[in-house]
Amino acid sequence: MNTTAIKIYVPRDSAALALGADEVAAVIALQARQRGIGIELVRNSSRGMFWLEPLVEVATPLGRVAYGPVQPEDVESLFEARFQTGGAHPLHLGLTEKIAYLQKQERLTFARMGITDPLSLDDYQAHEGYAGLRQALALKPTEVVQQVLDSGLRGRGGAAFPAGIKWKTVAAAQAEQKYVVCNADEGDSGTFSDRMTMEGDPFMLIEGMTIAAMATGATRGYIYVRSEYPHAIAALNEAIKKATHAGFLGDSVLGSGRAFHLEVRKGAGSYVCGEETAMLESIEGKRGVVRAKPPIPALSGLFGKPTVINNVITFASVPIILARGAAFYANYGMGRSKGTLPIQIAGNVKHGGLVEKAFGVTLRELMYDYGGGTASGRPIKAVQVGGPLGAYVPEAHWDLPMDYEGWTAVGATVGHGGIVIHDDTAELSKLARYAMEFCVIESCGKCTPCRIGSTRGVEVIDRITRAKPQDGTQPQQVKLLRELCDTMVNGSLCAMGGMTPFPVLSALNHYPQDFGITVPDRKAA
Amino acid sequence: MTTTTGQAQHTIRRVLDEKRDMPGALLPILHDIQDALGHVPPEAVADIAEALNLSRAEVHGVMSYYHHFRSEAPKGAVVQVCRAEACQACGSEALWEHASKQAKGQNVTLESVYCLGLCATAPSMSINDKPYARVSTARFDHLLAQLKEAA
Repeated sequence: MNTTAIKIYVPRDSAALALGADEVAAVIALQARQRGIGIELVRNSSRGMFWLEPLVEVATPLGRVAYGPVQPEDVESLFEARFQTGGAHPLHLGLTEKIAYLQKQERLTFARMGITDPLSLDDYQAHEGYAGLRQALALKPTEVVQQVLDSGLRGRGGAAFPAGIKWKTVAAAQAEQKYVVCNADEGDSGTFSDRMTMEGDPFMLIEGMTIAAMATGATRGYIYVRSEYPHAIAALNEAIKKATHAGFLGDSVLGSGRAFHLEVRKGAGSYVCGEETAMLESIEGKRGVVRAKPPIPALSGLFGKPTVINNVITFASVPIILARGAAFYANYGMGRSKGTLPIQIAGNVKHGGLVEKAFGVTLRELMYDYGGGTASGRPIKAVQVGGPLGAYVPEAHWDLPMDYEGWTAVGATVGHGGIVIHDDTAELSKLARYAMEFCVIESCGKCTPCRIGSTRGVEVIDRITRAKPQDGTQPQQVKLLRELCDTMVNGSLCAMGGMTPFPVLSALNHYPQDFGITVPDRKAA
Repeated sequence: MTTTTGQAQHTIRRVLDEKRDMPGALLPILHDIQDALGHVPPEAVADIAEALNLSRAEVHGVMSYYHHFRSEAPKGAVVQVCRAEACQACGSEALWEHASKQAKGQNVTLESVYCLGLCATAPSMSINDKPYARVSTARFDHLLAQLKEAA
């Protein structure tokens, strides 16, 4: 590659690929060759502004200039407009960093996203990569755990349990073998931050898990990735190979004499395997059936050994905490919700993508200021936050600052930070029915409220929506649905059956007209 | 094992030799066999069970539990249309209905999938693991026609 070559960036994130990034990259390479223009084509990660993908960037002396969304047929005119030097073109978006959507964010975990080549260790280290691990190796394990505790980092997978407490428990446990397991079974619709991390900055996840291993004395780690994410699996495998080769993984991590071996395990299309104990069963080679707790996995987890289990974003948040200190991270956020959350704006939205913000941001800001309203141009009717098990949040709560405790108090879930927007054509009774139906498909079958309750739930919702006013049966069926939901919430072993009622009841409470309910029913508190 | 072909038998044997000593080897073994053969032949169950010292019922139980594993070879390309909430918000149910009609009689295996992680560019689908976003019915037809051409 000649040194004066112009750097052109075309993302390799699945969402960019799904919109034709590979084809665009191929045409750019071909035309550059034909025109005798020396370019260096970098397949970077995505900036997370998916309405602009494929987003092509060009390095200029002033900074990176963006063009998008670029289709293969646009490439010729881009070259005619001398885009390789930042020339004017209808797709010209100016300096990438100055795009308001990006500029207003607080990207800590996603700081490198879209900037680096995901599989370049040099790129990673040039952008603060592995500074956290180096710092961790200079500290005592207990000091590392203390940093994580002090940062206030809580599990980003949905349960929001303080990460430091888990780590402390595993560190204190006595065992010949301990494990670090990353739950990368990101099955919630409307979420893709784990996928972006694995595809777009895999070394960050590897570094976070390695720090966890050093802090707790674990020597083996697994990343459990869903089979629906083939690109993430490929990127992780490649990154693990490179990290091992460079001494960041293996028998002696960075010459410390401490071992950490990491391996990817592929899921097989089971949503409930995102529940931590079902995931452990799956890694052990069994059906993904939920285990009763206690014992907690921190003491008796994978193969019965003490195991740190965290979600992708939780581990990925650790390197910067170690590199910059707990106080730096804890300075973001509000109340007991410290730091930032990579929020995913999805569904029927004009400007869908990844927005990393400190806790305290409101849904209205996310849906309108960032999201720009619906893609269809119609009014927003409903928004589901926190995946298929999250409630539909009514407009009355759209101005509530995002915070785990504050949201729980009004029956909303932050979950994994996925926001799915629906316009006014959505029928909430159908979405409620779907929530139950999804539970039928995905229930592991171990506990009765989930296994049978979900099937009965579909039936009862059908009876409610099909009831004619003159029948007079509707109030009784509504009562039945509420009782069923109560049984599921209180009697299920895990969140699958225990939270499926959240979207159902929130739909029923806030959109009764969609169920054909005209007489106000006895609302649950 | 009498009904599997020699080639398939060879693959199963190779995978078992390679992976049987891994901790929690069953899923990796099933994945490798399916990746190589397109499905896990029912005749392989006995061999897997023997290699891992499990009962056939246990192996079958795992295979049938996970949506991903298939015991029959898929017909043609595997087309997965996402039908989860974010895609529903962008018309995936209409796309699914259209796809079901169009795929009839074609050499494709059409399946529902619940989230491909392309939720900001819905509705999405994949063809043999290659992702496609913002799929209109017209784009679906175009992709199906391309598949036909390539066949």
